Amino acid sequence: MHKWFANIGRYFLMLKSVFSKPERISIYYRQTIREIESHGIGSIGIVAVISVFVGAAITIQTDFNIENPWLPRYIIGVTVRDSLLLEFSSTMVGLVIAGKSGSSIASEIGMMRVTEQIDALEVMGINAAAFLVLPKLIALVIFLPILCALSVAVGLLGGYLVCLIGDVIPVSDYIYGIQYVFYPYYLAYAMFKAACYGFLITTIASYFGYHVEGGAVQVGRSSTRAVVISSILILMTDLILTNIILH
Amino acid sequence: MIRLEHIYKKFDDRYVLNDITVNLEQGKCNLVIGESGSGKTVLMKSVVGLAEVDQGEIWYAERNFTRMERHERQELRKEMGMLFQGGALFDSMTIEDNVMFPLNMFTRDTYSSKLDRVNFCLDRVGLKQVNRMIPAELSGGMKKRAAIARAIAMSPAFLFCDEPNSGLDPKTAIKIDNLIHEITTEYNITTVVNSHDMNSVLEIGDRVIYIYEGCKCWEGTKEEVLHTDNEELNNFVFATRMAQQIKREG
Ligand SMILES: Nc1ncnc2c1ncn2[C@@H]1O[C@H](COP(=O)(O)OP(=O)(O)OP(=O)(O)O)[C@@H](O)[C@H]1O
Ligand SMILES: [Mg+2]
Repeated sequence: MHKWFANIGRYFLMLKSVFSKPERISIYYRQTIREIESHGIGSIGIVAVISVFVGAAITIQTDFNIENPWLPRYIIGVTVRDSLLLEFSSTMVGLVIAGKSGSSIASEIGMMRVTEQIDALEVMGINAAAFLVLPKLIALVIFLPILCALSVAVGLLGGYLVCLIGDVIPVSDYIYGIQYVFYPYYLAYAMFKAACYGFLITTIASYFGYHVEGGAVQVGRSSTRAVVISSILILMTDLILTNIILH
Repeated sequence: MIRLEHIYKKFDDRYVLNDITVNLEQGKCNLVIGESGSGKTVLMKSVVGLAEVDQGEIWYAERNFTRMERHERQELRKEMGMLFQGGALFDSMTIEDNVMFPLNMFTRDTYSSKLDRVNFCLDRVGLKQVNRMIPAELSGGMKKRAAIARAIAMSPAFLFCDEPNSGLDPKTAIKIDNLIHEITTEYNITTVVNSHDMNSVLEIGDRVIYIYEGCKCWEGTKEEVLHTDNEELNNFVFATRMAQQIKREG
């Protein structure tokens, strides 16, 4: 218990130094672009693949669950769209990126810690926490909402494909359904959640990497722990945000 | 000049540094020698603030380092260069980017003048045609030399080298030692070198500080090292059979 409080304290101390004034804006900017490339652009593929399958699966499942002759068939399109928007896309993107980028951030920073590269930064007079974490943080907070929107689109495409190929509902019903009473607010909500997850993933992964002591084994362990903890916190945050915002 | 006053540092309940008081002089190579595990690295890290001391004060000229705020330390550190025992090169960057990194961070020079500086530093440590390589492609000794190049890139006023020549062949080792010594006298900087290599001691030890089990056991010059009657130091200096023989004959 005592250890948990110490960890939380150190986490906020790290955040404090992350948000101090950067030494050189131009270098941070360049670094941020690089992080967007690796953690953002580099994740489009996996997010797209997963989303298309999940979209297809949700469509089939919704069709299976709503076998009510009183309800119009396009309701399935509406349900698929809303469950992607309200829950699936943001959570899925969060968990996928927690696994992919979270572990890579934790092990990258952890490796830099154990090989004294972080000490080398500090001795040069550079705020190592800010230099390492801030570009990643900006990259993920900006790019996770984009990935989330992409995931919604590709998920809907997955549903479309399954209507086209399989024996679910007529394509025209599906198309009508996903356009039926669309609240743009839902999309903003999904993207906002994704941005929160981006913040959680980066800061937690960085925290675990930054405070590694030891060697390769500890680096591996802390990157696992970063993924586990950020996944749990993503789901908890999801619950809290859903409760606050949708109620 | 750097002045250490009654430095104590403990890990768990074990004192690793025990009441160390010493002046590290400007324009000289201050050699800290001692067996493996005697506390040299911990001492150096305490001096640059990577480890917090438990007691005692560290003065950089008239500035009290131990009482500085984080941003004040950051300012002071721009005047420091440090070579880590393991090199600590940034392994995602090329050697050129490694050496240029502090220049990019703190100077507003043009790219070509920074590149000139990088090549000058790499040339000084005897590295050629490695600009585009990444650290993993260099040998251990080359990494060390690249790390020295990075440490001197900003023309520091305080240079810290943790075992600059361990893992190098004797010829290169002496070259590196002489390089450090040259830079020290040329730019009149305060240099601290950790070493357990007697060759370095005799080559560049303007001032020699002997650490034994975390205590400062002896200090003097390289000439005095060979004629001391301090028992621990004698055991350290004349550890090899060859050295003992030379002493007996000499
Ligand atoms: N982070 C740490 N936690 C606990 N003990 C430590 C830590 N760092 C160093 N020590 C202990 O401090 C002592 C001095 O270590 P130090 O690294 O300073 O030795 P050294 O003189 O540099 O040796 P070498 O010549 O082998 O590099 C060792 O006994 C080591 O176990
Ligand atoms: Mg050491």
